[in-house]
Amino acid sequence: MKKQLKKNKPKIEVLHEISFTLNEKQVSCKIKASTILLDLIRDVFELKGTKPGCHEGECGACTVLVNDAPVNSCLFLAVNANGKNITTIEGLTNHDGSLHPVQESLVNNGAVQCGFCTSGMAMSIKAMVNHFENSHHVPGEIRNDFPTRDEIKKFLEGNLCRCTGYVKIVDAAEKLFAKEEF
Amino acid sequence: MKKELKVIGKPIPKHDANIRATGKAVYGHDIVMPDMLYGAILRTEHPSAIIESIDVSEAKKLAGVHCVITAEDVDVNNIGYKRDHPILKTGEANCTRDEIAAVAADTKEIAQQALKLIKVKYKVRKGIYDVQEALKKSAPQINKFISGKFENKNTAEIFHYEHGNLEEEKKRSKHIVTRKFTLPRMTHACMATSNITASFNLIDKKLLLYSSTQVPFLYQRDMAHALKMNPSDIRVIQPVIGGGFGSKLDMHPFEPICALLSIKTGKPVQILYTREEEFIASPIRQPMEIELTAGVDKAGNFTFREINIVKDNGAYTSWGATTPFVIMQAFSSLYKVNAVKFDAMAVYTNNVFAGSFRGYGNPQATFALERVIDLLADELGIDKAEIRLQNANRKGETTGQGLHFETCGLVECLENVISKSHYNKKKSINKEGRFKKGIGLASMLHVGGGAKIYRSDGCGTILKIDPYGYCTIITGSNEIGQGSETVLAMIASEELGIELKKIKVINTDTDVKPWDVGVHASRTSFVAGNSLLGAIKILKEKLNKKASALLKSGDSEFEYSDNKIISVKSNDSIALDKVVREMHFSEPNELAIADYFYEPSSKFQDKDFKGNVSGTYAFASQAIEVEVDTYTGNVKVLDVYVAQDVGRVLNPLLLDGQIEGGILQGVGYALTEELLMHEGKILNPNFHNYKMLTASDIPNIHFSPVETFDKEGPYGAKGVGEAPLIPTAAAIANAICNALDLEFLDLPITPEKVLKAISLRNTKNNSKINSHSL
Ligand code: FES
Ligand code: FES
Repeated sequence: MKKQLKKNKPKIEVLHEISFTLNEKQVSCKIKASTILLDLIRDVFELKGTKPGCHEGECGACTVLVNDAPVNSCLFLAVNANGKNITTIEGLTNHDGSLHPVQESLVNNGAVQCGFCTSGMAMSIKAMVNHFENSHHVPGEIRNDFPTRDEIKKFLEGNLCRCTGYVKIVDAAEKLFAKEEF
Repeated sequence: MKKELKVIGKPIPKHDANIRATGKAVYGHDIVMPDMLYGAILRTEHPSAIIESIDVSEAKKLAGVHCVITAEDVDVNNIGYKRDHPILKTGEANCTRDEIAAVAADTKEIAQQALKLIKVKYKVRKGIYDVQEALKKSAPQINKFISGKFENKNTAEIFHYEHGNLEEEKKRSKHIVTRKFTLPRMTHACMATSNITASFNLIDKKLLLYSSTQVPFLYQRDMAHALKMNPSDIRVIQPVIGGGFGSKLDMHPFEPICALLSIKTGKPVQILYTREEEFIASPIRQPMEIELTAGVDKAGNFTFREINIVKDNGAYTSWGATTPFVIMQAFSSLYKVNAVKFDAMAVYTNNVFAGSFRGYGNPQATFALERVIDLLADELGIDKAEIRLQNANRKGETTGQGLHFETCGLVECLENVISKSHYNKKKSINKEGRFKKGIGLASMLHVGGGAKIYRSDGCGTILKIDPYGYCTIITGSNEIGQGSETVLAMIASEELGIELKKIKVINTDTDVKPWDVGVHASRTSFVAGNSLLGAIKILKEKLNKKASALLKSGDSEFEYSDNKIISVKSNDSIALDKVVREMHFSEPNELAIADYFYEPSSKFQDKDFKGNVSGTYAFASQAIEVEVDTYTGNVKVLDVYVAQDVGRVLNPLLLDGQIEGGILQGVGYALTEELLMHEGKILNPNFHNYKMLTASDIPNIHFSPVETFDKEGPYGAKGVGEAPLIPTAAAIANAICNALDLEFLDLPITPEKVLKAISLRNTKNNSKINSHSL
């Protein structure tokens, strides 16, 4: 990459220094203003679990969490990650390699076929879990604010899957909430 | 089945689902090689044009560009099933996908920049985008590479089939119905876009390809032919594949182009399609017009079918041109019918060319046939469920085409969905008001044990057990997401008594694995499963002999369970790993290894397309209930009742996944998905305008497997992969027609089409009323 920059007509590219938390680790890097988060994650930090399905914000395969909320990383300018907390599929997996309950539920319910949509699905479901956990709840009381099956479907509308017909993915999310193990 | 099965039939998750769910699976997009370049392809600006000149000099000068190629720079053969497709085009462009030049550069951005610097001078032509135009005598020849074979210069392929006495049956018919149906372009839209990484080693002149092909051995041969290389110098490794559905049956030009860029630069080169490119430049389901005339006698028996199909082949011929092979089976053999005359023609146009797509023409055929069956029932005034049951195929039947149904669950499938859906009650439900409900029926017949379309439909297996009691299955078959690896591991676990986590499946490398024809025709579990069972049998003979010697019992019958080999008679046992070690390390020192090649009993059809083409056949029926909003034209699919003759359920979890995924693709085909074209250009090359269904669109799916235990299949199983989507569009169309008492002849049935049909009827009715009152 360097050699080509030298040969090119001198183009002054302003680089921005950003630092943020990536899967619980503090990181920093210098990037162009136009760099998108998806490319930063995949090409610079070499975390290949976040998938590029369209680069147009239409498929959800690239979903990551920015401060706990789901974001299409292909539409998110990396400079805006500065100071934020980013979680990718690699950050969802436990440190010892065991699966996060979201991942476990996807696996056990047969929700993974080709798997290309799975990272994005897992992150979207995790975002739902976060939302649920953060909602007001009196300890000890029985919860009745689980997302309904229809709400889960609605929430996952931004994530396309060509293999599964979504049934098992929705099952996986539904069972996760039913068990409340996350 | 005498003994109880421990693993087969259990809902076991896909064996590497955990790897995929943690983002650790390596897809083509994730491959990075040292010193790797990025390739990009310049496509024509005009679907039909003379290419007057191509100037790549500026592109070559751009820093970071390693190589720019055009047709002039390469010495290659045409590709495609008819070898009518140049890899890089010269002289003329005939299709919006046409590859004019390609670039390899340090980064994707530079490669894209370089494409912009290539100057092509075109002389734009009008082009031919309509099959009837293409068939006119005055039309110019579109593809110059297969001239002279057929009477008409734009004919790409012709199929003719017949059985029975057509004229006689016509005379005998009480009612005859003729309709012409139009089927749209649908695209696979795999979530991972097309990709390839090619690495040519300048030293030993060997080519390594990381390719998502679903037919690696045919691909290796095709690639060798294209590049004028020896197939054995090409090694094909499959990374994890992000969706197939038939799209990777053909080798496409971008693949040899990538290889050429690597050969020219001596560096690894990667090409990844953008999503837009995926929509524009990957194959599609064959668009076609089907004209069907069918008859029924006064007793309700089907008499004859006469079929004329014209398919828009696009500018080049891919495997998709051979779909009539499957289409004719639906027409000749789904429900009993005495006489059939079938003609299909593929016609060159300047449109995009079609490829193969899950179902291989069968969804189109089934749509036409099942629609016409409803009309025949109406004409005769008999029940739509009744007419199907009466004519349904039965066990033991050999059809007019020679397909032999050793097992056949069609009647059970039909009865199942008719009763579970309360069809008889629902068919005449009140159709008043804004929201109208309707219910429709459709069935399907598809090959369920491979299809002999190549010289062999076989699959090889090498099986070994290591000294630690782990088992490795090296299979010729491959995995494209459908779960076949898991099924193979389950079979080995069942038969060898080894737990699943100790079983490895190696299936990605043509340098290692034995021959197999590839993933198609719902064949993998069937053919690869049988192949594995063959290898297990041989290996067990060796293990039994050693176990018998070690146990000093002289027993000859053993069971395999809990990693042990157990004598049936004495119940004495010995650890499997110990037996293997003894085989290796004591005389006569042999390996615990076996190989087997399985060739299904199916026959190559004769030139009249007669013969038993598959090892077994799958059947399915669906009853689908819809609700039509007559104000907006929206169709909501409420419930899908599906029963499928799967032979035997090997893994219910994976089976459900195939059924549900297939049905949703079928719903998309019926209602929303269409690649729109105008004068050869694709108008909606993105997910925003190409309407794939989302989680909110899923209907309630009620699935009942029907088990018929086919003696040809592993444990009695048949292929399942394609069947679920085949009858869906037909059943939905029948349901909509039932709801509205209107006819639809085209797919997809969009809200616009629904509203138009309703308003057309209203004007007609109004004018009737008016003329009355006069
Ligand atoms: S890659 Fe970001 S939404 Fe598709
Ligand atoms: S599992 Fe293949 S796209 Fe969802």
